[in-house]
Amino acid sequence: MIPFAYQRAGSVAEAIAVAARPQSKYLGGGTNLVDLMRETIEAPAHLVDVTGLSTAIEDTDNGGLMVGAGVRNTALAEHPAVRSRFPLLSRAILAGASGQIRNMATVGGNLLQRTRCAYFYDDAARCNKRAPGAGCDAVGGFNRIHAILGASPACVATHPSDMCVALAALDVTVHLDGPDGGRTVPFGDFHLLPGDSPDVETVLRPGELITAVEIAAQPLAARSTYRKVRDRASYAFALVSVAAAIEVDGGTVRDVRIALGGVAHKPWRAHAAEAALIGQPARSDSFRHAAEAELAAAAPLSGNGFKVELAARAITAVLDDLVEERA
Amino acid sequence: MDLVINGKPVSVDVDPRVSLLDLLRERLDLPGTKKGCNQGACGACTVLVDGERILSCLGLAVQYEGRSVTTVEGLAEDGSLHRLQQAFIDHDGFQCGYCTPGQICSAIGMAAEARRGLPSFVTADLDGDPVPLSGEEVRERMSGNLCRCGAYNGIVAAITETFAEDVR
Repeated sequence: MIPFAYQRAGSVAEAIAVAARPQSKYLGGGTNLVDLMRETIEAPAHLVDVTGLSTAIEDTDNGGLMVGAGVRNTALAEHPAVRSRFPLLSRAILAGASGQIRNMATVGGNLLQRTRCAYFYDDAARCNKRAPGAGCDAVGGFNRIHAILGASPACVATHPSDMCVALAALDVTVHLDGPDGGRTVPFGDFHLLPGDSPDVETVLRPGELITAVEIAAQPLAARSTYRKVRDRASYAFALVSVAAAIEVDGGTVRDVRIALGGVAHKPWRAHAAEAALIGQPARSDSFRHAAEAELAAAAPLSGNGFKVELAARAITAVLDDLVEERA
Repeated sequence: MDLVINGKPVSVDVDPRVSLLDLLRERLDLPGTKKGCNQGACGACTVLVDGERILSCLGLAVQYEGRSVTTVEGLAEDGSLHRLQQAFIDHDGFQCGYCTPGQICSAIGMAAEARRGLPSFVTADLDGDPVPLSGEEVRERMSGNLCRCGAYNGIVAAITETFAEDVR
């Protein structure tokens, strides 16, 4: 780890002012950033600790939740309003990382963990994230865990977050503050697909800080869940994960939300599957058809073709569980 | 900076690069906390901060100014082992012992989480009631602590026996 200066910010304004220095980074729980600094993938000259800022979870006027960026993952999963109104979010967080890491990691930091794969960590490998333009050794390498949707020849890594998959299925707004003032970004627009510049992973501008994540009221979400398929029972990244919520009226799908993890460079909202389901009978064959509509765009690599069928089955199973009230 | 380690106030001057783990082991002569992977994958470095389990390898020491850290060295009271330490001995919950301090600190934090009603990935409902620690719950909640000797059966037995009475 190269030397750096550390400062704990006492306010958002102070954090933004301090982070205006070149090569500054905000520090949350450190569960990703400290590791990347130790690997010299990240090498900030200044760390601005923002974990003491915006640590509240508050009801909004319209029945939603305002979640401070400094809220720890455990605290969000545990909050009574999240457990009762957005169970898919509690379930997703509890499916991620380990108990120790969830106690450290913040909500803002979860959004900003790097989209990454083993080649990203391997400094003997080519990686366009580490060295833009260098090439990608994953495309022709061991790519069993890599992306099947929205990837590019420049990068096939997947976004590692479980929490973000649940957020992608909900109506969520990311609140930012920065040198040029505050703004909000819809969650679905916050993370970027790799395109030609996979080193750029979000729409954050230099010096901008996530201050909160706002979750809009969504009665549909009371009937929701999260399923994660992985190589071992716990403490592993998703091969495929599904966050879903559904509203059924008289056997017909009135509204549905589906997002996928483990399949793309960003949390993947399954818009095509949702569109294919609205107004259809709430049955397995409709769910399977909708899943196939989403996965028609899948472009698997040499080692991850199994993910296409796995995702189709996972989507179908999760929706089956929800309408049969097993989840 | 000032912090409290195992109940005792400590004042140290520390470079920002130093992890909480290295502060404990290299500066404060508390080598009970172990360095396994040093990248957050194994759990050997687990300590309790204000009662919550965290990975000391991924924490910068400077982030813990003013906090109260408990390591495996701080669990015994009046010369008697913590009841979970004794249970690890009784159930043969280790072979080489390298993961043991992390397992024990993690389990103490984990039991407190279950008592206060934090669900896990395998908890059936999210109602927030205290969660009884079945073998399945312990295995899920302790998945961040690896034991490469494979002493898991003894570890799970020690933990479930120790905390069985806490949540009924």
